[in-house]
Amino acid sequence: DILKKRDSSYCSLDVDTLNSQTVEVIAIAKSVKCRGSILVTHLAHISTVELTLTTPNSRGRKEIIGPTGPLSTTMSTQNSLHMHNSLNKPLEELEEEESGDTFELNIAVTNPEKMGDGMNAYMTYKVSTQTTLPAFHIKTFSVRRRFSDFLGLYEKLSVKHHLMGCIIPPPPQKSVVGMTKVKVGKEDPSSAEFVEKRRAALERYLQRVVAHPALLQDSDVQEFLEREELPRAVNTQALSGSGFLKMINKASDAVNKMTIKMNESDNWFESKLQEVENEEQLLRRLHASVDSLVNHRKEMCINTAMFAKSVAMLGSSEENSALSRALSQLAEVEDKLEQLHQEQAFSDFFILTELLADYVRLLGAVRGCFEQRMKAWQRWQEAQATLQKKREAEAKLLWANKPDKLQQAKEDLTEWEAKVGQCERDFERISSTLRKEVHRFEKEKCRDFKHHIVKYLESLLRSQHRVVKCWEAFLPEAKAIV
Amino acid sequence: MFSSALLLLPPRSSFLQQRKIKGKVAAKIKTERRESPRSLTHRPTRSSAAMTSISQDADREKMRSVSVDLNNDSSLLIDIPDALCERDKVKFTVHTKTTLNSFQKPEFSVPRQHEDFIWLHDTLVETEEYAGLIIPPAPPKPDFEGPREKMHKLGEGESTMTKEEYAKMKQELEAEYLAVFKKTVQVHEIFLQRLSSHPVFSKDRNFQIFLEYDQDLSVRRKNAKEFFGGFFKNMVKSADEVLISGIKDVDEFFEQEKTFLLDYFSKIKDATAKAEKMTRSHKNVADDYIHISATVSNIGAEDNTALKTHLEKFSELLEKLRKVEGRVASDQELKLTELLRYYMRDIQAAKDLLYRRARALADYENSNKALDKARLKSKDIPQAEENQRQCLQKFDKLSESGKQELTSFKGRRVVAFRKNLIEMAELEIKHAKNSTALLQGCIEMLKVN
Repeated sequence: DILKKRDSSYCSLDVDTLNSQTVEVIAIAKSVKCRGSILVTHLAHISTVELTLTTPNSRGRKEIIGPTGPLSTTMSTQNSLHMHNSLNKPLEELEEEESGDTFELNIAVTNPEKMGDGMNAYMTYKVSTQTTLPAFHIKTFSVRRRFSDFLGLYEKLSVKHHLMGCIIPPPPQKSVVGMTKVKVGKEDPSSAEFVEKRRAALERYLQRVVAHPALLQDSDVQEFLEREELPRAVNTQALSGSGFLKMINKASDAVNKMTIKMNESDNWFESKLQEVENEEQLLRRLHASVDSLVNHRKEMCINTAMFAKSVAMLGSSEENSALSRALSQLAEVEDKLEQLHQEQAFSDFFILTELLADYVRLLGAVRGCFEQRMKAWQRWQEAQATLQKKREAEAKLLWANKPDKLQQAKEDLTEWEAKVGQCERDFERISSTLRKEVHRFEKEKCRDFKHHIVKYLESLLRSQHRVVKCWEAFLPEAKAIV
Repeated sequence: MFSSALLLLPPRSSFLQQRKIKGKVAAKIKTERRESPRSLTHRPTRSSAAMTSISQDADREKMRSVSVDLNNDSSLLIDIPDALCERDKVKFTVHTKTTLNSFQKPEFSVPRQHEDFIWLHDTLVETEEYAGLIIPPAPPKPDFEGPREKMHKLGEGESTMTKEEYAKMKQELEAEYLAVFKKTVQVHEIFLQRLSSHPVFSKDRNFQIFLEYDQDLSVRRKNAKEFFGGFFKNMVKSADEVLISGIKDVDEFFEQEKTFLLDYFSKIKDATAKAEKMTRSHKNVADDYIHISATVSNIGAEDNTALKTHLEKFSELLEKLRKVEGRVASDQELKLTELLRYYMRDIQAAKDLLYRRARALADYENSNKALDKARLKSKDIPQAEENQRQCLQKFDKLSESGKQELTSFKGRRVVAFRKNLIEMAELEIKHAKNSTALLQGCIEMLKVN
């Protein structure tokens, strides 16, 4: 039975037409107010829930597709075809059906605090959630989390969702140098900058996680946001056993990638992967350029400050009083300009550089999903190969007429046929999910970049306005020189 | 004005080619020169009328029309209409127009090199008669090292950039090269014009030779002896500095001047260095915009989503903005850094005057001692008396003309600072408003999208 409820905030679908291997698929339709209201469309025989989000001020439409649970084994190919068709249904049709309910989930990461002492010290951050989603018991709550908790969350999510082709936002990177400085307790501006950078990165990370409808429904995420005390995530340490294991896995993956030659039935994936790889390259380059800009601007700040001091000294030794006053005014102007440049460098960094860094990592995650799909394909091929071998073995036995072994072989065969079927379905599923995910990702990226470009330009505009004011204040002083 | 500026870039790497910059660039230089006033100095007061007219002009809105023109006196007009850059050498064409009889022709041109200017300056310094005058500082050697190094680096990094990016960077560097070139021409020109507008220097024989002699002056390269001699002279000079800073002068005016100039010199030297650094990092920021603009444009080209227009507009805007930023940096360089640099050298020249006076004083005191000794020994008294009288005369003359020169120098300096600071402020405002307009336009366009 399939329950459907339009315009409702809670909806669950049960696909119950199957045998013992049926798994309940629950798609919880909750809206995430980050973008607006959610549309729940029901599709018969299919446990896919398509969600459409519209922004309150209709800034753009997005389609978000929730995850599908492991499908029943007896799902017929007809069904899967049907599923594909519905996916290819034009988006405009879906967008026309809208629901009115909106739910909020706002996340902020604030108040970094240092706990402990010496080399065992660590920073905790306050994670505050404000929500109207019914899944949470209270509307506003906050917990304290440390960096390894965030990494732990990522690990858990990866394990669960990666196999389904979801693009999981990667967390900010570890930095031994940065953290050591903080631990040692130096109260200098560079460690403050590091903490601020990390805080902002963690905030963006969480916001991206909850923006993904599937991840939002995940119990781990909810636990992360709600639970007072989390068990310490130990497998996130760089030099731990699991750390080494990860490294080895990564290495073997890389080798694997080179040896898999996929028989691509759908060109879309191949061209999309190429696009993703190109874009990653370009974004890396852009990131390097913007980084250079930030550094040069910081240099300019330092030089302007030194110059301001120098001009002030010059003004003080100037004998002509009007000129002396003008020179000290000039020193003040340069001081103000230095502050402006400082703020601008800050903007450059947090608006542009971090955005680009995030997206380079995100594109890496996207590539990872493509790799997962390839692995799924590989597993399918291997299963098929094994099945073929079993068939041959059975045929041989048949010929040799050994009834007892034949029974065994037949059982084997059935098992492997089932496996092959499973692998194929897995592959299909991961392919379709990946497609939707990429689509969602692209839309989000588009919106993100647009928003940040405008924000950056506005910051430039603000500083130019102030430059004008500074110099206009100086001009009468200069004219007053006799 | 520039009829043609032949710019041969030193072939450091294969991608540099010889280019003739004519037409557009020449015209640009022409108009710029007409507009850009002799911003750094104005004539030492030939007449108070000139001073007052300038201060009236200064109140006018359009500062650019205030040409504190050194070339006011039509009896001797000098300019450098042409210059050629060959490898490390710059050849200037010095063009003179005169109504004075002391010259053979009313109008003539000669080619001169930087070393010839230095020779002229050094001979003026060594001329006893001019000891009481502030000798205009020698123009600094043309220094293309900065842009040349950048060109080299650009060549090395060629493979890492796209064609457009590379072309833009190269264009930017060529503009920089041209700017250095124009600056050095201007500085040499101003040197000559200060000489020509000075009542005493304009009559100097060596100056006339410099202007007129149509053969190569073939100034000897300083041989080893002279080089060390020069080195020794510098040592003496720093000893002088200790000398005059130690002794308190009887004359109130000179005492004040000495204290002021010594202090001011060190401050202005520091300010010049810091200004240079600041301008250079500003230029770096502007250059970064080029790379960013190019990469954004690449991304935009690859993009097929709604982001495409955003990226394209962003890239265009950055390209426009960086031009404005580049202008801000170069205007700052011209108005502020050059001003400080020039006056640093001028103050050095004023200090040199003080040294000469101090040495004259020392000579006078020595001659006094010699006279006393002679009187004691009753030998060579008339010579000693004559010597002493001459020394005194020299010292008095120095003091008198020195006072005059230093006073006019004060006024000159204040006016120049005022002018340049006003111009710089106005230019900064103009550029910032320009940037603001560009940004606002782009933001509106993007928000509509």
